[in-house]
Amino acid sequence: MLKLDNVTKVYKVGAFGGKVFAAVDGVSFDVQAGEVVSLIGESGSGKSTIGKMILGLASITGGSITVDGVPVKPGKDYYRHVQGVFQDPFSCYNPVFKADRVFQMIKDAYYPKLGDKEWDERVRSTIRDVRLDPDQVLGRYPHQLSGGQLQRLLIARALLLDLKLLVADEITSMLDASTRIDVLNLLAELKERGLGVLYVTHDLSLGNYLAERTVVLRRGTVVEMGATGKVFGDPLHPYTRQLLAAVPRLHAPWEDAAPTQTCHYHENAASGAMFEAEPGHLVACAQLDACPK
Amino acid sequence: MSLQVNDLRVYYRTLKGDVKALDGVSFSMEDGEILGLAGESGCGKTTLGKSLIRMDGRMRHMGGTVELDGRELPIGDDRRMNDFRFREVSLIPQYSMSAMNPTRKIGRMVRELLRSRGATLDLDELESRLSLVELPHAVLDRYPIELSGGMKQRMVMVISTLLDPSLLIADEVTSALDVSTQKAVARALIGFRDAGFVKSMIFVTHDLALTSHIADTIMVMYAGKLAEKAPATAIVKKPRHPYTKLLLDSLPEVGVRYTEKRLAGIAGSPPSLLDPPAGCRFRSRCPIAGEECVQEPPMAEIEPNHFVACWKA
Ligand SMILES: Nc1ncnc2c1ncn2[C@@H]1O[C@H](COP(=O)(O)OP(=O)(O)OP(=O)(O)O)[C@@H](O)[C@H]1O
Ligand SMILES: Nc1ncnc2c1ncn2[C@@H]1O[C@H](COP(=O)(O)OP(=O)(O)O)[C@@H](O)[C@H]1O
Ligand code: SF4
Ligand SMILES: [Mg+2]
Ligand SMILES: [Mg+2]
Repeated sequence: MLKLDNVTKVYKVGAFGGKVFAAVDGVSFDVQAGEVVSLIGESGSGKSTIGKMILGLASITGGSITVDGVPVKPGKDYYRHVQGVFQDPFSCYNPVFKADRVFQMIKDAYYPKLGDKEWDERVRSTIRDVRLDPDQVLGRYPHQLSGGQLQRLLIARALLLDLKLLVADEITSMLDASTRIDVLNLLAELKERGLGVLYVTHDLSLGNYLAERTVVLRRGTVVEMGATGKVFGDPLHPYTRQLLAAVPRLHAPWEDAAPTQTCHYHENAASGAMFEAEPGHLVACAQLDACPK
Repeated sequence: MSLQVNDLRVYYRTLKGDVKALDGVSFSMEDGEILGLAGESGCGKTTLGKSLIRMDGRMRHMGGTVELDGRELPIGDDRRMNDFRFREVSLIPQYSMSAMNPTRKIGRMVRELLRSRGATLDLDELESRLSLVELPHAVLDRYPIELSGGMKQRMVMVISTLLDPSLLIADEVTSALDVSTQKAVARALIGFRDAGFVKSMIFVTHDLALTSHIADTIMVMYAGKLAEKAPATAIVKKPRHPYTKLLLDSLPEVGVRYTEKRLAGIAGSPPSLLDPPAGCRFRSRCPIAGEECVQEPPMAEIEPNHFVACWKA
């Protein structure tokens, strides 16, 4: 459904925009309907930039992004199907708007002809779908709601549309453990209803919990991707191994990943293409920086 | 003994009444101990940290005492606390990364800060500390915005411990960082303790897995009170408070496949601290609550150094 093909994003940097910097460099992957794909990488690796390009909030420098074959086109028709939820729920809400107002804006923009009563019913049932009590959250200002409640309200707002794809960028990093699991379980339910979800995170344990497939990003390029069980269970790229070793585990000491000297995929990756280690499990050349391409 | 906190009560004055953010908290810390402080958002972690160093205008010290290295901290007296701040107790606040003055180069900022405390800069010492946290000497010539989140966080650590305080409070210093940076910062914190730059440390976070790697002891708070305090391995392997157990159960782990199985959050939400219920504050969410729980459970030492406030632990 969502397809990124050799996507590149170049920012101009420096005092007069004299230098260029590739925040995203030749990224290709897809997200199917009814699937959660997690996009993992350290801070600055380009995750949010990818999310913003999909949502039409940043221009695409090269390559293409399509949803059901149609290129990204910011506008009502596109946002009916594609929505994003972001890290800091408080910044998405105007603090002087009550929760109801946020839903009313959706109605005005997308369903102006619908009767008020019918709309109210729909809002309430959607709020119940994200397991909130409409009477408790409607009529409240954002600062009167917890982070988890706000995050769920934002998801509810997206669900009122005819949604196909949800981009969730670090939506759980501000939440504590118990609330976080509720929000993750909600995303899992949405996927079961046929939604495609791109789950952006730097927390590997959350990606592992939720996603069918995992894409590991490093400095704007994909170093490894495949079924989550494969990428996490049998990581091939030294960077993936290094990330996994840094994850704090409850019942095991911190490991130090052994640095890999040689790359098995070096010859195969001479063109910069990824090597398919097994069906669907792709890995980039680990010596890419040195690779003459 | 490094720190001794006795029945500490700190409330926030609001229009609707007092928010009882710390409501009778007692614990102690040994020399060299790293204490992990965990609990869900709003339970009072930051309030505890701030109480030990600087109360904001709305905070009121309602009762209880704090002793550091045998001396009582005048926590309710902002002026008298000046003798202790930075020298004896230092805080790395939540969101401190964004709080660095953006118009000053880091080196100048450090010098000014030391001067304001009547101390001079020992450049050799500063450099050796920078290298301990793997920062190049050149950071001193840079502006804060020129550093990544992880670098800023380590810089703040170095700055706040320059005068070798007895107690360092680190509030959510790793929460915004990715795993590799988090690990580096966490190890640097342990290094500071080992090198004696700080005697003991309170490490505040809601990431229990991370705390278990750093802390000697973990203390779990719930709604303004202590729920459980025990050596880190005991909290992780043999938690006794129902709240600690549920918190641990809600953590997803890498290396586990979750195809069918779903984890559960803790149903319900914590009580309002404006008017907290009598008895055990976890009662409305506790799966094993019984009649006795309408009485407040005392903190009991059920095994050496393992303290739990629960009738059924
Ligand atoms: N300035 C304030 N005025 C009134 N109430 C406050 C104020 N600051 C904090 N509180 C309340 O005090 C309680 C404890 O807050 P605190 O910041 O200590 O929580 P925390 O455990 O650090 O949470 P988090 O994990 O979100 O950082 C909360 O109920 C909070 O709403
Ligand atoms: N508007 C911008 N102008 C210049 N550089 C940017 C801009 N937005 C992001 N970047 C840079 O692009 C890189 C990727 O950023 P981002 O996508 O936000 O990373 P992530 O979400 O993975 O942390 C970073 O180095 C960041 O500094
Ligand atoms: S005292 Fe009672 S309500 Fe509180 S945690 Fe223990 S069993 Fe649950
Ligand atoms: Mg981001
Ligand atoms: Mg806090």
